Amino acid sequence: MARALSPRRLLITTVAAWTVALIIFFPVLWMILTSFKTEASAVAMPPEFLSADWTLENYTEVWSRSDYPRFFWNSVVISVGSTLLGLLIAIPAAWAMAFVPGKKTKDLLMWMLSTKMMPAVAVMIPLYLLFQQLGLIDTKIGLVIALMLMNLPIIIWMLYTYFKEIPGEILEASRMDGATLWGEIIYVLTPMALPGIASTMLLNIILAWNEAFWTIVLTTTKAAPLSAFIASFSAPQGLFYAKLSAASAMAILPILILGWFSQKQLVRGLTFGAVK
Amino acid sequence: MSTHSSRLAARMMVAPSVVLLLIWMIVPLAMTLYYSFRFYRLLSPDRTNWVGFNNYLWFFNSPDFWLALFNTLALVGGVLFITVVLGTLIALLIDQPIKGQGFLRILVIAPFFVMPPVAASIWENLFMHPQNGLFAAVAQGFGAQPILFLEQYPMWSIIGIVSWEWLPFATLILLTALQSLSSEQLEAAEMDGASPFARFRYIILPHMTRAITVVILIQTIFLLGIFGEIFTTTQGGPGSASTTLPYMIFKQAIAAKDIGRAAAGGIIAVILANIVAYFLMRGLGRNLEN
Repeated sequence: MARALSPRRLLITTVAAWTVALIIFFPVLWMILTSFKTEASAVAMPPEFLSADWTLENYTEVWSRSDYPRFFWNSVVISVGSTLLGLLIAIPAAWAMAFVPGKKTKDLLMWMLSTKMMPAVAVMIPLYLLFQQLGLIDTKIGLVIALMLMNLPIIIWMLYTYFKEIPGEILEASRMDGATLWGEIIYVLTPMALPGIASTMLLNIILAWNEAFWTIVLTTTKAAPLSAFIASFSAPQGLFYAKLSAASAMAILPILILGWFSQKQLVRGLTFGAVK
Repeated sequence: MSTHSSRLAARMMVAPSVVLLLIWMIVPLAMTLYYSFRFYRLLSPDRTNWVGFNNYLWFFNSPDFWLALFNTLALVGGVLFITVVLGTLIALLIDQPIKGQGFLRILVIAPFFVMPPVAASIWENLFMHPQNGLFAAVAQGFGAQPILFLEQYPMWSIIGIVSWEWLPFATLILLTALQSLSSEQLEAAEMDGASPFARFRYIILPHMTRAITVVILIQTIFLLGIFGEIFTTTQGGPGSASTTLPYMIFKQAIAAKDIGRAAAGGIIAVILANIVAYFLMRGLGRNLEN
């Protein structure tokens, strides 16, 4: 809807927009700045900016603490693992619903979405007890399964909206040319579906990485990812501000970068194709 | 043109997802319903028996429950109001032909990708902390007493933190909707002498109704279950001042180890979610029909 503005108004608008954007981003920026300060400089009053003692020590120290890399690795395994497993189960389902829709397909999709409406606390206890029985508490495989199921409706919906846009005529044409079902899937469908699958994957890695309910409830120490680690990290009276900031920065940076690449898909994905 | 065999194949392909989601949702829900009528405490495992509606009555008779219910609705309502109003204003601002729009979007979207415990921890320690926080420094600069955000205004503080996390989502979706609005219509209205407010009220706002509806629906789903932010900052306190329904249930299960009561709370949460969903769909459903 962009329209021409007079130079004066454009200047005012530009300054206002940049100010607002910087205010919104400021907490993240301040955390990153704090992570490069010494502990004393991080809690100095008044706050230090230009005069601060800059250091890289927090990063090396947090990373060399024996358990931080483990939390980081757990986050990687759990978010990527749950997403890949989810795609494995969701792709056939979304494919079938998009290309061989039945009378009940719409209802089925709505039902799947409605399972997201269920408050997690309502099913927390039985799931905790079930996981305990199965020996899955505080295991990576347990969290992979839990987060996969938590995000499965979103994965199916996203894939469905992408697959829906692949024209059926192309499939018919390839069938006329004598393509088998497998040939059709591998040579015709997959190349067209790949961008959709890729953005579904990206968004779900982000959601799983940032998940902070099941990760807190279902883990203690061994399989805890970064979200559970940071949640229970309490700095006694500002003693470890710089280290906490460094740990936080490392926890969000991979996702921040992935997120910046996928912001367009995010709108589509999280609104289930309702806003384009 | 779908043959009988391809229908069968399609069913086989959908089946795993349906079965898994049924197990994930229906089985635990049935178990929660069962536990909610039982006396079941992990600290006295030998005694288990039916107690009728006692677990539910405990909730309804607890003053904490009504506070938690109020807090839950205040959190959802407060965050929705702030993010939709500010999101609309910021989207209108960013949509102008300004320099570096792409980079601007990157700055604005950032908070959405910050995991809840980190977001809460940044605000708690670096900003709201009464001795070392940036807000305290600003207050001191003006010679004022630092505000005890999480101690005196815990709910307002949490609403603020959660709004910061969800503002980018609202802004991004409203901006996407705004960019699909044709400028010709607006220019025509401007030529006809429509004021900026009239243009917003009669052209822009109707165009954005669907996007606003989607923002409210999606955010409500996530906001009803807010947990990590409270766990990281106030742990529901001081006292029960910032305890929401999910957090109250969590406390019953983890701290009090009372499975029966926590289960009853879970069922109440399901009923609440259904009531909210019903009103949302009734009020907003019309906007979503193509």
